[in-house]
Amino acid sequence: MRTADLFVFGLKALGGARLRTALMLLSMTIGVGAVVMLTALGEGARRYVVESFSDLGTHLLIVLPGRSETTGTAPPMMGETPRDLTLNDAIALGRGRDVEFVAPLMIGSAPASSGGRLRDLTVVGSTWELQPVRHLRVRQGGFLPRGDADRASPVVVLGEKTLKELFGNQNPLGAWIRLGDRRFRVIGVLEPLGQSVGTDFSDIAIIPVASAQALFNSSSLFRILVQAKGRERIPKAREFILDTIRARHEGEEDVTVIAQDALLSTFDGILRALTYTVGAIAAVSLAVAGILIMNVMLVAVSQRTQEIGLLKALGASQRQVLGLFLAESALLSVLGAFTGLLAAQGVIWGVARLYPAFPIAAPLWAPIAAASVAVASGLLFGWLPARRASRLDPVLALAGG
Amino acid sequence: MIRLEGIDRSFQVGGEWVHALREISLEIPAGDYVAIMGPSGSGKSTLLNVIGLLDRPDRGRYLLGGVDAAGLTEEGRADLRRDKIGFVFQSFHLISRLTAAENVELPLVLAGTEPRVREARVAELLQQLNLSDRARHRPDQLSGGQRQRVAIARALAMRPAVLLADEPTGNLDLTSGREVVEILEGMNAKGITLLVVTHDPAIGGRAHRRIRMVDGLVEEGA
Ligand SMILES: Nc1ncnc2c1ncn2[C@@H]1O[C@H](COP(=O)(O)OP(=O)(O)OP(=O)(O)O)[C@@H](O)[C@H]1O
Ligand SMILES: [Mg+2]
Repeated sequence: MRTADLFVFGLKALGGARLRTALMLLSMTIGVGAVVMLTALGEGARRYVVESFSDLGTHLLIVLPGRSETTGTAPPMMGETPRDLTLNDAIALGRGRDVEFVAPLMIGSAPASSGGRLRDLTVVGSTWELQPVRHLRVRQGGFLPRGDADRASPVVVLGEKTLKELFGNQNPLGAWIRLGDRRFRVIGVLEPLGQSVGTDFSDIAIIPVASAQALFNSSSLFRILVQAKGRERIPKAREFILDTIRARHEGEEDVTVIAQDALLSTFDGILRALTYTVGAIAAVSLAVAGILIMNVMLVAVSQRTQEIGLLKALGASQRQVLGLFLAESALLSVLGAFTGLLAAQGVIWGVARLYPAFPIAAPLWAPIAAASVAVASGLLFGWLPARRASRLDPVLALAGG
Repeated sequence: MIRLEGIDRSFQVGGEWVHALREISLEIPAGDYVAIMGPSGSGKSTLLNVIGLLDRPDRGRYLLGGVDAAGLTEEGRADLRRDKIGFVFQSFHLISRLTAAENVELPLVLAGTEPRVREARVAELLQQLNLSDRARHRPDQLSGGQRQRVAIARALAMRPAVLLADEPTGNLDLTSGREVVEILEGMNAKGITLLVVTHDPAIGGRAHRRIRMVDGLVEEGA
């Protein structure tokens, strides 16, 4: 028998029992659709989190002073204090081949005043490179000027909230404010960032790091932000940072380097596992659909006993009858998988239209896995009824028994 | 063509054994026209099923066209049945979801014949049986006589050497019954070996040879 004819015969048989076929297709559709939709939701959640983190800079390495000893090596020697991170350390890190940006960070608090208004402000000392590293956007004016990091110019960039408190609705650009005992000219205002993970940049004033050193009368940095040139260059950049610091700190590796990426991959891993889990739970409905196929095919075999007897009288062998009934199960599951994929795609499309911010998308493996599990369960559960059909005694079957 | 030697077939019903066929020996040459008659339960259908390779005898030898049926596998018997034997049943056994043409085509589909060959063969058979205008009708849209003609066309689709008909007129009125018998006899005239089980003495009278069965035994002549 030709394969095409096998399936044509199966299709006609399925068409001969419309309601039963429709219900079977529905259950397969729900099964396959559920797997694809749920994994798409999980994947969407994963992407959402990953993208939120990317706003913070995924290629970011944070250098902190002091070694955080998590492994049980020898305790620190008495009297040993970690060296401070200095501006020169930061400048040295800027020379790395895998380093894109280096933003030294100094953070302190200082009383600020402008036209009679007085307030304590969080003051961040950094360089122009803080802007690309933290994805800061300037609403008015400009950010810190490019130039040597160790030049102390009296300029300040204000956060949204700081601006309101010091100037109200007045135009601040070009105005002078007093921070501690120094005067700074306002050269820019940041756009509100929203409540993203990390520091709230709306409540601060950003000044050149050299000015901050003078203001706080200190040379030690709070931390250094290093952005690698790409995700894959993070390990090399980290190696370079540690080598450089060791060389500059007399052989002591007295800093801690945290990769933003490590945090991200943890979240990534958790959410991926979650996606697999919901996918697997949904796959249970595929097994249920498979059992339904078995049930329906068993009914079909008993209803079509005479037909099976006839097929044998016309020269169909056991193998052929087996093939005919397996083809029907396969068709049910393939068609069901197809409509399930279509339905899932429709829902995903609808969700994407309704919530454009949520990056819903089925991972590539989901439709493939769902469809193959569906077809496999159709064949597996279709086997028993098909075998029963093939083993019917033709004489008894023709008599209707 | 058909040669039976000491064929036995019995069934267990409840605790008892029913001998449907006892020591049947029979030789039917190619092109013969045989009527098998006898009371109900005498073993006529069982004999036809054995000859048609649907049933296997418990004992004895059966040769179809020189091939020993005992030596064949299930698949071999299916193939031989498909290629050499056409069945016509009392209750037609048409598949209700298929059209007349599709029913006739079925043996060719099972045999894996090319669609173009199939189409031509089906058209030819439908024309021969005067069913051309009913090709696209489903069985429930046909009269009893038309249904049996579709079934005969299906039995002839593989151009078998032997046509086995078990009470082919049993469900038909007199006119359609006469028509069906004439068609079967026409096929026999073209060389097909024809075996008809019937209760109708009129039909029995037209056959070249009559076999009478009683209680699983064959009585030739009568
Ligand atoms: N599958 C079976 N299981 C049990 N007994 C059977 C089976 N097939 C046939 N028989 C018995 O074998 C005997 C012969 O049956 P068979 O069908 O051959 O008779 P028949 O001559 O065709 O009768 P009828 O004219 O009523 O069709 C009967 O007694 C019947 O009950
Ligand atoms: Mg009978």
